[in-house]
Amino acid sequence: MSILEGKGVTKYFGGLAAVSNVDFNVEQGEAFGLIGPNGAGKTTLFNLISAALAPRSGTIRFKGRYITGLSPYRICRMGVARTFQIVKVFADMPVLNNVVLGAYFGMSPGMSSKDAVREATELLEFVGLSEVKEIPAKDLTLANQKRLEVARALATNPELLLLDEMMAGLNPTELAQAMELVARIRDKGITIIMIEHVMKAIMNVCERIMVLHHGAKIAEGTPQEIATSETVIKVYLGEKAHAGS
Amino acid sequence: MDITTLTSKRSLVWWSIVLIIFMLLAFVPLYAPGYPVVLLSSILMYVIMTVSWVMFSGPTGYMSLAPAAFFGVGIYTSAIIGKTLPFPIVVGIGGLASFCLALLVGALTLRLRGIYFAIFTFGLVMLIAHFLLFWELHVTGTRGRFVMVMGYNTIYFYMLGVFLLLLITAYLIRHSKYGLALLSIGQEEDAAAHTGVNVTMVKVITFAISAFFMGAAGSVMATKWTYIDPFIAFNINFSFMPVLMAIFGGMGQLYGPVIGATIFTYLEEFLITRFAELYMLIFGTILVVAILYLPDGLVGLIQRLWKRISERKHVDT
Repeated sequence: MSILEGKGVTKYFGGLAAVSNVDFNVEQGEAFGLIGPNGAGKTTLFNLISAALAPRSGTIRFKGRYITGLSPYRICRMGVARTFQIVKVFADMPVLNNVVLGAYFGMSPGMSSKDAVREATELLEFVGLSEVKEIPAKDLTLANQKRLEVARALATNPELLLLDEMMAGLNPTELAQAMELVARIRDKGITIIMIEHVMKAIMNVCERIMVLHHGAKIAEGTPQEIATSETVIKVYLGEKAHAGS
Repeated sequence: MDITTLTSKRSLVWWSIVLIIFMLLAFVPLYAPGYPVVLLSSILMYVIMTVSWVMFSGPTGYMSLAPAAFFGVGIYTSAIIGKTLPFPIVVGIGGLASFCLALLVGALTLRLRGIYFAIFTFGLVMLIAHFLLFWELHVTGTRGRFVMVMGYNTIYFYMLGVFLLLLITAYLIRHSKYGLALLSIGQEEDAAAHTGVNVTMVKVITFAISAFFMGAAGSVMATKWTYIDPFIAFNINFSFMPVLMAIFGGMGQLYGPVIGATIFTYLEEFLITRFAELYMLIFGTILVVAILYLPDGLVGLIQRLWKRISERKHVDT
């Protein structure tokens, strides 16, 4: 069953087509990868799905319901949560309160403060931030701030999670932990769409991948299909000869 | 945890202190009638303005220069309907009128961020003052209005009542999930929206609640002045003073704006009466020193001292 469906999604910035006539279809429970060169329109597509931006044309349906034109908080309360490419944690708030906010205002509003704090504490344990829950979010490392964003998004109790370059800028250890975290989130039954430049991560975690270039979809398929596609190699992955250098 | 302390021991202690202070304040007119009551009324007025201002602008960081507009609406409400309706209703309507104005203005302008919002709210005060002036000159053909007069004790008790109501409201907001939402809006508004917070609603409603108390304070205070005109009622100083007092007191804690406004108003009164010619000079110097050396206001100073004392205790044991 498809959980998210886009038809002819288009967004212009001035005369530039940031996202141009893109169709996509994400199945319930899968991990769906979104790759492409810088400026391909990946984050713009996330912004369109989460309603940070409104599309010029096209429709997006979440669980069969049209969500184009809704405001971000409504989309969130319907069960779509996201993280940000450039982290946007609530810097001066304690780590715990960052997550408590998600529990208060997400899918199940009306939660008591006791339940919200308990849920936030559990999620911080889930992402591995239990020990730093009292310190201000700004004092965390980048890797931990990214995990905090994941915990905050999960606190809204989403069915679909949009991860925007969660692995960028992490060291090898952090990268391994992040990949493991994504796998555990998927095991919870949460559908994931992830934008990523770290090919190892995207090839290992995702069942299907979509490639954007200049705002248009140029390929879609399993990691194997994408890795061997002529067009994708030409515009994004590069020849094998260049890959390791 | 902030959020769960609604019934904790510490907040009980705080509320006991507040209760005792209010009971003492309620007896002031009996033991010290006259000037102290008048002075306390004007302190209370500034405290109400400042605490209301901090309620919205403190956590969100939206710098509102509209207090004079909401205060003025309260004053004019009092002048227009004060003679026909019982006073408690007048105060309520004064607050509600400001509440409605803030809802309207907030819905239109809270998309503006940073300096643009500050400038718009500043313009709002001017706009209303000049519109009223135009109206009085060309439509009613009058200049200003007379307001019914109340005794200074009555003014004092009403101010005290409005303040108590404000304190309870501000406390409940601060310690509810909406207080957390306001803070998150001040730090990362986009992230707050994507975490399920209806940011527009939270901002507009809080802005309006804070305007309610400013309007109520205005409609009480109007009865002290007997005569008002647009430039008395919509004096832009009433926009700047709460900002200065809040910075002076510190916005991190609820008591910050209270002590900030209290000391500020008392200082002003003291300097005016003792050093009338040097008043502005001394006042300005104190303000500059406070901004330079007390970045977190008096609250910051108190917290630093408290920390030093408690650390010394640890060293001793």
